[in-house]
Amino acid sequence: MSEPLVRFIDVRKSYDGKADAVRALNLEVANGEFLTLLGPSGSGKTTTLTMLAGFEQPTAGRIFVGADDITHVPVEKRGIGMVFQNYALFPNMTVGENIGFPLKVRRMAGAEIASKVTRALAMVRLEGLADRKPQQLSGGQQQRVAVARALVFEPRLVLLDEPLGALDRQLREQMQYELKHLHERLGVTMVYVTHDQVEAMTMSDRVAVFSAGQLRQVAAPRRLYEEPDSLFVARFLGESNILPGTVRERRDGQCGVVLNGGQTVVATAVGTSEKVNLAVRPEKIALGSAAAGCINHFPAKVVEVSFLGDQLRVRLEALGQEDFIVKFANAPGHAALEPGGAIEIGWRAEDCRALGE
Amino acid sequence: MLSANRQEASRHGAYWLIVLPALLMLALLYFVPLGNVLLTSVTDPKPGLQNYGLLFTSTSVQKALVTTVRIAAITTFFALLLGYVVAYAMRAASTRTQRFMLVGVLLPFWISVLVRSFAWIALLGTQGPLNSALVAWGLVDEPVALVRNETGVLIGMVHIMVPYAVLTLYANMRGIDVGLVAAARSLGASRFQAFRMVFLPLTVPGLIGAGTLVFILSLGFYVTPALLGGGKVLMIAEYVAVQINDTLRWGLGTMLAATLMIAVLGCLWALSRVIDVKRLFGA
Ligand SMILES: Nc1ncnc2c1ncn2[C@@H]1O[C@H](COP(=O)(O)OP(=O)(O)O)[C@@H](O)[C@H]1O
Ligand SMILES: [Mg+2]
Repeated sequence: MSEPLVRFIDVRKSYDGKADAVRALNLEVANGEFLTLLGPSGSGKTTTLTMLAGFEQPTAGRIFVGADDITHVPVEKRGIGMVFQNYALFPNMTVGENIGFPLKVRRMAGAEIASKVTRALAMVRLEGLADRKPQQLSGGQQQRVAVARALVFEPRLVLLDEPLGALDRQLREQMQYELKHLHERLGVTMVYVTHDQVEAMTMSDRVAVFSAGQLRQVAAPRRLYEEPDSLFVARFLGESNILPGTVRERRDGQCGVVLNGGQTVVATAVGTSEKVNLAVRPEKIALGSAAAGCINHFPAKVVEVSFLGDQLRVRLEALGQEDFIVKFANAPGHAALEPGGAIEIGWRAEDCRALGE
Repeated sequence: MLSANRQEASRHGAYWLIVLPALLMLALLYFVPLGNVLLTSVTDPKPGLQNYGLLFTSTSVQKALVTTVRIAAITTFFALLLGYVVAYAMRAASTRTQRFMLVGVLLPFWISVLVRSFAWIALLGTQGPLNSALVAWGLVDEPVALVRNETGVLIGMVHIMVPYAVLTLYANMRGIDVGLVAAARSLGASRFQAFRMVFLPLTVPGLIGAGTLVFILSLGFYVTPALLGGGKVLMIAEYVAVQINDTLRWGLGTMLAATLMIAVLGCLWALSRVIDVKRLFGA
């Protein structure tokens, strides 16, 4: 990661003077990075993006782009490209005029605008559609026009607020790929907002997880999934088995945790809290003979087996819980499981994180 | 399938039966007199188109026509200008303020045109508060003639027409996504550029619609020009009234009424060619 392009420093935003839509935000976006803001609806993602775009002013704190403090710079002076969820294409202009708009307001010469628009259209594979009106295009095509329009004036930074939210699944996946490809080819920094965790995981260099106006964790997708440092992140990204307990001892980054049912589990220590929730991913759990080799292993009873095609999902009764989930690949020679049968489950300390509240 | 069709048909039948009395009333009270007017215009005093010929030969008819079109056009211009500003401010205001402003715009509808005309005479007259203030502040040496002339007619008519312009423009502006202006700004447009290149073009249908509506309504004005013009500003409607009430030239009067109606229909037809009228009024 190179030096940061964007820095949020102690940024807080309150619309009504009472509740904070965003608070205590410290976040850096590296030059050339694809950073995704991920979180449930109302968690402050759009607010963060609109402060960066300049539509809203932070209530407190500063925002830097490069060496410049842009906290109070007006929208049109920021030179940041933006793609809106509803595309926001100008219905009174053709596709070509839409894409040429940022160049026209910069008083570029007509011939130069024309050649840049042609290139931008080719970039998003919409050659020959310059003279159509946006209303005559499909949703996916309109989205491409919006992307071309945000990129045509060669901004260093492009913001995208749930740009694929209105598209159907297949088109979404294709557009995800194309956006990612554009990002790599142009080397432009992108800040992307979504509430779709799969989208965030597949596209991003790093993901920033928000909840209730607070940035919870920023990390590369894999790291975020494997090493969540809060219960919220562990639950929000993928699935986790959660076991509440109390820390008894800590040693070498690990800790011994006594569960509410009395069993002891060795886990990876995160933070310093006494009361913890252990989080174990369903696919990290070994079954049968493989479980015996793990530092944590317990007896369990099969309740339900669901066949999902490429994988199997098993619901177990274990450690006093009735919905302990285990997932494993539908590979040759996997254990045969019947509801009601007894089985051993186990996991490593590395795959189990003791998370504070 | 078949019985469903028959049911459908009988439902249509019942529907027509309900509407029929209203249609008959409309025909009787509207189309019969209208037909009469058209008929009179080509039969009185003797059959033929000589009444319509007056459009090309009579200077007094032509003068009334020119005055009418000029006043209607100037009224339309100012009503659109003021209406645009009010509608724009309304759209930008909070929901609460919007509601207050809407009531403010609608309020004049509940006051008769007659009352409003007299109010203007009182306000704008040589002894009125406006002239008194102008003289008192030394802005003018003697009272300005603001009423009993064309200026007075225009002031009164613009006042009556602004709400129509506001309502039409407001309906149109509300249909414009605010996000578009925001998008324009984020792409580098100044406030003014965003307005001129994005917002203004999107309100053109509203301007055309409001303009046509105000122009058509202005063509037929009677009370306001009669009162505020002080008898010096003769518009078509008053001219027609004079022919029918005083000089008893029914043929000339009905011919002018018919001409006015044809002009209005022509305007509406032209409007329907350029924009979707139903969408304009939010239907
Ligand atoms: N323009 C606004 N005025 C008042 N409150 C707002 C406005 N925009 C967002 N909020 C509030 O701020 C919080 C965060 O919203 P937002 O940033 O839009 O979340 P997200 O994009 O993650 O769904 C929400 O509680 C929302 O109701
Ligand atoms: Mg949002």
